Amino acid sequence: MHRGGRSVVTALLGCGALCACVTINIYFPAAAAERAADRIIEEVWQLQPDSAKPPAGKPAGPQ
Amino acid sequence: MNDSNWLRRVLFVLLLGFGELAAAQANLRIDTPAVAALRASMRENHKQLAPLYASGAVGLTRDGNIGLRDANLVPLAQRAEVNGLIAQANQDRGALYREIARANGRPEWENDIRATFAQRWIERAQPGWYYQNTSGAWVRK
Repeated sequence: MHRGGRSVVTALLGCGALCACVTINIYFPAAAAERAADRIIEEVWQLQPDSAKPPAGKPAGPQ
Repeated sequence: MNDSNWLRRVLFVLLLGFGELAAAQANLRIDTPAVAALRASMRENHKQLAPLYASGAVGLTRDGNIGLRDANLVPLAQRAEVNGLIAQANQDRGALYREIARANGRPEWENDIRATFAQRWIERAQPGWYYQNTSGAWVRK
């Protein structure tokens, strides 16, 4: 491979990596947050783990 | 720099990228001492709050807190105590959302975490308990 081609690929990969970092930084992990919330709620309210019906499966939620 | 060296570097960068992606999908940290203390405090507090949820005196608010829904359901002599319980619960909840955000190195997630909890508290509430819908009206579950 030529040197020029190499640096272009490297530059593109660099841009991709940078974009990925920025994306990850602003992304809120909603599913992980729900799991964390459920674990704490189960402890505080002394509930059985709600593994039978995952939170994401419900379309509208409350109301 | 030869080609295999270059390829190695590219692979390294790609691996780093995947590692970061995997970390972002993983669980949120909730195992810090501050979070553990808040969980214990809330668990204790709940023993006194449970009958108040059941009677409808106290309900779950849409913002991840709890609130006095109907003061008439609480005998006059106990109102100050119930208000204290609610204040303590909300202080713990606010600190919990803040601490989870901080424990994960993202203090700016506090409101997202609060919103997630608000939805999950209501979802996991027992039938008969009251919660606020999105317009703020009390609804019996």
